[in-house]
Amino acid sequence: MTFWSQALEIARVDLSVERRVGETMRVVLPFAVVSLLVFPIALGLQVSVVGEIGPAVFWALGVLFGMQVALRQSAADSPERRDLQALVGVDPAARFVGRTLSGAVLTFAFLMALFIAMVVFYGPSLPPGSVPALFLSSSLFAIGLTELGTLAGEITAGIRNRTALASLIVAPLALPLVIGASQTLEALVRGESILPWVLLMIANGLALAVLGVALAKPLEEAAR
Amino acid sequence: MDLVASLDGVGVSLGGRPVLRGITLTLTSGEVIGISGANGSGKTTLIRTLATLQRPSDGNGAILGVDIRASDLVNVRKQIGLIGHTPALVPELSLRENLTHVARLAGLDEARVGPVLDVVGLDEASDRRADVASFGMKRRIEVAHLLLRKPQLLLLDEAASGLDSSATDLIDALIATTTDRGGATIMVSHDRSYLDAKCQRTMVLATGQLEVVN
Repeated sequence: MTFWSQALEIARVDLSVERRVGETMRVVLPFAVVSLLVFPIALGLQVSVVGEIGPAVFWALGVLFGMQVALRQSAADSPERRDLQALVGVDPAARFVGRTLSGAVLTFAFLMALFIAMVVFYGPSLPPGSVPALFLSSSLFAIGLTELGTLAGEITAGIRNRTALASLIVAPLALPLVIGASQTLEALVRGESILPWVLLMIANGLALAVLGVALAKPLEEAAR
Repeated sequence: MDLVASLDGVGVSLGGRPVLRGITLTLTSGEVIGISGANGSGKTTLIRTLATLQRPSDGNGAILGVDIRASDLVNVRKQIGLIGHTPALVPELSLRENLTHVARLAGLDEARVGPVLDVVGLDEASDRRADVASFGMKRRIEVAHLLLRKPQLLLLDEAASGLDSSATDLIDALIATTTDRGGATIMVSHDRSYLDAKCQRTMVLATGQLEVVN
């Protein structure tokens, strides 16, 4: 069994479990959409201002609820499953990659659904080229956030308050991703190049990938 | 006789508390040994140490010729089969999907999944989700994992507890096939009479130390 076969099998099973449990699209997404509605009401904004804050609210909710997707319970292995994986020869780095793949697919789908809801509720005026830029920034954001979430999940594996603790690790470290993703759309509005922000997210994603793969085995063994 | 497992003065501490002390045992090819002990005596910790899933804090040991403190245990772990207290299944997948998943992760022939399900008597119930399957069915799937993987060292931690006679027969058959391959088995149970009936040697684990009794 190769590294990539193991990674793809773990991703396949994660997505299969998510399809049956619906934690992302049937639980997290509705909460995020309701939160979209709450923001303008809580801030008492006029209709004309609502459109201007739409993209910022989208990214704020994207990182908050995206963390829940990245740290979803259905992607947390029980100690018994981790033992079984060790005994059948699963490479911890392959598990990190597989889990990142499945999480990134789900986070991307979540962001797309949330963006559509934001456009419907807030009616922002989006500059030309927004859609391809959004696809690119959302993809990189989803990959980076999931890498961070998976890494935090590995660090906190076996701890009872795993989700709360992992969120505390992810939130501050997700700052470069939030800046990169939100500034991509802002750069388009200002008529500037999006390249620096895209490069920031790519560099962040690559650094987290290297860190995740390198730390996977030591983290696994440290837990024993 | 080939040495399958050996521990020499092994101690394990969990959270700063010593759980096992000075454990010394050898297991040779074809042997079936039993270890009994009261709740909390360290039976599961000993099984996990033999499975290389728990690092010892003292002493030395080897499993199938590999030092249990080695940094790379991937290949030796593939030769170890473990049935623990809680079945290691993905609750949202069916019993068949669980078995197929393990076969894929281990790089085993998926074509053997159907025949193995038949052997463990789950062919008709294989589409049942693991979270609604009975404990006995989950145990049968774990036996199926091991029939697929064919380990050389079989570790059974209260594996027969709560099972009906046909399921315990399957565990007996699993032990027999492991022995026939030249492997060895360690069974752990709080039931001394069960171990006396099934094992060539039995030991008692008390306050973290092993005593040979039979």
